[in-house]
Amino acid sequence: MWQFFHKLGSPKWFYGIATRFMPWLLASGLLLLAGGLAWGLAFAPADYLQGNSYRIIFIHVPTAFLAQSMYIMMAVAAVVTLVWRMKLADVFVKAVAPVGLVFTFLSLFTGAVWGKPTWGTWWVWDARLTSMLILLFLYGGVIALDRAINDEKSAARAVAVLVLVGVVNIPIIKYSVNWWNTLHQPATFKLTEKPSMPVEMWVPLLLSVLGLYLLFGWLACLRMKTEILVREQKTRWVKDLVMAGRG
Amino acid sequence: MAFDSFSAFIAMEGHGPYVWSCYAVFFILVAGMMIWSARRNRAVIEGCKRRFDQQQGTSGRDARPKASATFTRVEVSQD
Amino acid sequence: MTTDVRPGLKPVESGVGLFPAMAAVFMRDVRVAFRQRQDLLNPLLFFIMVVTLFPLGVSPEVEFLRQSGAGILWVAALLSVLLSLDHLFRHDFDDGTLEQLVLQPQPLFALVLAKTVAHWILTGLPLVVLTPILGIMVHLDGNSIAILCLTLLIGTPVLSLIGSIGAALTLGLRSAGVLLSLLIIPLYIPVLIFGTGTVAAASEGSPVAGYLALMGAFLVLALTLAPFASAAALRISLSNS
Repeated sequence: MWQFFHKLGSPKWFYGIATRFMPWLLASGLLLLAGGLAWGLAFAPADYLQGNSYRIIFIHVPTAFLAQSMYIMMAVAAVVTLVWRMKLADVFVKAVAPVGLVFTFLSLFTGAVWGKPTWGTWWVWDARLTSMLILLFLYGGVIALDRAINDEKSAARAVAVLVLVGVVNIPIIKYSVNWWNTLHQPATFKLTEKPSMPVEMWVPLLLSVLGLYLLFGWLACLRMKTEILVREQKTRWVKDLVMAGRG
Repeated sequence: MAFDSFSAFIAMEGHGPYVWSCYAVFFILVAGMMIWSARRNRAVIEGCKRRFDQQQGTSGRDARPKASATFTRVEVSQD
Repeated sequence: MTTDVRPGLKPVESGVGLFPAMAAVFMRDVRVAFRQRQDLLNPLLFFIMVVTLFPLGVSPEVEFLRQSGAGILWVAALLSVLLSLDHLFRHDFDDGTLEQLVLQPQPLFALVLAKTVAHWILTGLPLVVLTPILGIMVHLDGNSIAILCLTLLIGTPVLSLIGSIGAALTLGLRSAGVLLSLLIIPLYIPVLIFGTGTVAAASEGSPVAGYLALMGAFLVLALTLAPFASAAALRISLSNS
């Protein structure tokens, strides 16, 4: 157990494992995502209320889902950084934060475009959209702080503190935004909450969520590998690896 | 198939522009992020390789390995 | 010269208890602040000016001001607390007092808490005191003003406490001010929502005790967690420089 833990912290070990798994992650991710989206776009039946505009759900929900769970993953990594000082954990946070920002932006963008045919405006101060907007700010803050601190070690730990403070706040923010929303505009038409979604709708949705997760895994591995190379460029194993041409 | 024809599929009963613009932005950003990350990975590896090559070439003649090392490091740490 | 007017931290022996040490830190910050009165006045002036901008920029109509007055005052208070946060650790960081503070035998989070309380007494509390005057200027009725003051009284310490984390994280960085705002504003949103929401509920005549209790819960949560986070962030920032 402890040996495994120790190994997990070793960038060299991770580099090897990631290199081995990445082709599988990429292939299965692309396959599932393509299948899910094609199914959702062409074969799933139209929604009886929203017509075909609901087909945005197949990218809106996966990006929103991933953006939120990535922040939670970052928080777990932040705890590991602060408590065990594991190098890989802060590599993960640094590598993943920009991806989270992009996914959050995507879910906001798709939500706004979806809102146009559904609500008649591009932007509604709906509880979910607003929470996602705040999540975008949180990601932005994490990236800005990371960029602002030159020293790598302090940057990692400062960012870890910020991520943890953010994750404590997320439930409070969600709760208060929901409350604020009911205060200002009671019972609007929710984008993604359906009384019951037929199987032909939720199976492709599930597929695209899974596919995007796998693609994110690939992307995270790749970006972590890059970050590891930058940090460990003076070490023996990087030299052996690069000279052997197995980057 | 939920649509009768290809043109119906593109039009999506008038919701086409919304649906397709969402999917376009999604693909551009996700693919862009993947390609950009892969290219940066490549660039870092190339940078390391160049530096190691230089070190090997100059180690015998003792010709300012330090300066070249700092130079590549600046290049590598860009993002 | 700033260095002349700033009394050093009295040497605290290891035998000194926690509360005397906290009191010493608190008293020192208050004393320093009163020797640089302009720094105390600036956030207040800023507060008044921001509030003035709204009637000028949007509309001086009584109806509009009455409706959004609580929001305007809350946003202005939030911004002026944000503005003053840069000073929380900056001077102590520049003249080395902060490193002394870290080396004290007393736990750092307690000393940070003392500093944050001093910050609130010096900026948040004056804002609350000014609020009734500005409330009258934006045509709030008496009941709303009272509730607004109450929410600010509970809310501004939360702003100071959360802000202290951001101030500690950005200590010693270039363009720390803007970065501080970027990090902290998202975290201020719940306090803002409940602060203004409570006043809105009161003006509609619904009971507000529950909302006030919830804001109290925010305060307790911030009081128990923020000093630890700030202390951790301070140690990181000091090891950075």
